[in-house]
Amino acid sequence: MATTNSSTTPEFPRDRLSNVSSAVAGPTDVAPETTNFLKIVRAMPLRVKMASLWLLLVVFGAIYAKLDTSLFGGALPLQDPNIQTNGFIRETGEFGTGRPIEGMSGSHWLGTDAIARDTFARIVHGSWVSLIVVVVSACCGIMIGGFLGSLVGFVRGRVETIVMATVDVILAFPALVLLLALVSIFEVRNLFVISAVISVLSIPAYTRVARANSLAISSREFVTAARAIGTKPSRILFREIIPNVLPTLLAYTMVAAAYVVVVEGSLSFLGLSVQLPTPTWGNMINQARRDIKINVAQVIWPSLALTVTVLSLNQVGDFFQQRREVRGSNL
Amino acid sequence: MGKVIATRLARLVATLLAVTFLTFSMTALLPGDPVNAILGVDAVRDPEVVAKIRADLGLDDPFLVRYVNWLGNAATGDLGQSYITDQEVITTISQRLPVTAQLAFMAIIMALILAIPIGVLGAYKQGKWQDSTTSAGVQVALSIPNFIVGIFLIWLFSVRLGWLPASNWNRISSDGLVENLKTAILPASALAMTQMAIFSRLVRSDMIATLQENYILAARSKGLSDRFILLRHALRPSSLSLMTIIGINFGALLGGTVIIETLFAIPGVGFRLINAINQRDIIVIQGITVFIATAYVVINTIVDLLYAVVDPRIRKG
Repeated sequence: MATTNSSTTPEFPRDRLSNVSSAVAGPTDVAPETTNFLKIVRAMPLRVKMASLWLLLVVFGAIYAKLDTSLFGGALPLQDPNIQTNGFIRETGEFGTGRPIEGMSGSHWLGTDAIARDTFARIVHGSWVSLIVVVVSACCGIMIGGFLGSLVGFVRGRVETIVMATVDVILAFPALVLLLALVSIFEVRNLFVISAVISVLSIPAYTRVARANSLAISSREFVTAARAIGTKPSRILFREIIPNVLPTLLAYTMVAAAYVVVVEGSLSFLGLSVQLPTPTWGNMINQARRDIKINVAQVIWPSLALTVTVLSLNQVGDFFQQRREVRGSNL
Repeated sequence: MGKVIATRLARLVATLLAVTFLTFSMTALLPGDPVNAILGVDAVRDPEVVAKIRADLGLDDPFLVRYVNWLGNAATGDLGQSYITDQEVITTISQRLPVTAQLAFMAIIMALILAIPIGVLGAYKQGKWQDSTTSAGVQVALSIPNFIVGIFLIWLFSVRLGWLPASNWNRISSDGLVENLKTAILPASALAMTQMAIFSRLVRSDMIATLQENYILAARSKGLSDRFILLRHALRPSSLSLMTIIGINFGALLGGTVIIETLFAIPGVGFRLINAINQRDIIVIQGITVFIATAYVVINTIVDLLYAVVDPRIRKG
């Protein structure tokens, strides 16, 4: 509706209009290729390799930090993100040796924040919120949006009209404003609420991408052939359409993830995401900016983590989208 | 042409109905009695006030009746009033809209001024170092969230250099244009960054395609200078796609103004929205959301219609 002249373009990551063709990647007539993991890695340019490495590091950090607090009770070597290192320690009866807004040191790799909490630990722990929001929204997007889109692109008719009209209406809102309005309804904002709201808003874009691809694939010869030999429609949907839509959706997931990380960061920055003291990159930036006159480093670290992650997701996403595109045009 | 306009307008009305309905349903999603949500958890329940709110909002009517009434009021500019500040929502918006509009407008202009040369350079020197450097820069610019850009602009230009104020807003009417621009330039730049990256990517890829067209070859063989070909022949087709992407991106830009206005403490519509969310002032949230969504939908319709005016192929089709 709002994006009439590009009805196949997902509006969600708005910066991808130039990649319209990759959203509707070339259909593949060959059987889903055996994806050789090493082959893909070898095909990556250096910057994509580095980006993937960073993303793996972030995921590892997030899981490590979570394991540390939930399973090992803080026994793993990483400081507690919420302990004020200058605070009173009950066991020894003395105050901690930390100071607020410290520079980089051996004991605090990235220094400490305004109330003397270890910044490195907070950044590592902060990645957990981003990771969960991305994973949950991607799962919902692929499973619900991907399925709906594949279905309506295949069966067409009135279902398609209804589903796509709904999708269009949701995408007719400026995404962040709708998100803010939805988030404002909840009195308690925890990780569950935030990821649920972001997931719901992710579904329409996935639906659009899946529908566009499903439309293209449904008109391919192998689908016609399957129909001709009397294959049941449900079997065609699950055996022919969805397996061919899925790789494009997965490539799109990376791009959507970059957007989701920014959106969650923005919410956190506005103080409308997960409540304090849970560290997120966005709320760390928001807290540190108040002391920017004294110390800019505390703003730089979480900003860097957020930006590098988004940049990496974009790099990896572009790489996979281009791969789909190239493969499609070769056939 | 008339037919194109008619279909677009019909779709506009349908979308607006759906969008307003969705926004209005927000109040229905609120847990418990809406009056409690509107008054806030801690508010003293003055029975008189409660009765007034119930009557104002027609809470005893069925949902659909309430929606129709509310829509009728909204169409005449009555979006209700805040029960916290007692101000009419429409007054709030009309006072703050010029600020937000100025920011958005400045951001688009600044983004275009930067993006067109960068995109043209990238296309003209495709594959050379000029292209790879600008492309890398654009990639990075695309990945930095606008609030981070804003914070570092504040750090550089107000904390370190002390040239510009870190927050606040001077009005053109009372402080003059120069003072106004001093407060507007940083937030507008922060907003422009992402837009610039998106626009220049588009110009570059568009122009690479255009430069392979036969009419460019013809112009070259006539001996026209590169500069003339680039600016007069090759850039013109890109204006259409630029227009479309400005329209599509307008939603993101409006979302961006919410964050940037909050960061710079600028009295625009977005900052008010965040205040309202923090106070849980449901009527204001609803009013501003519906206003922004309407503006976005209308602007995109206008862009589509302009598109038809500019491109004769669409006009006739």
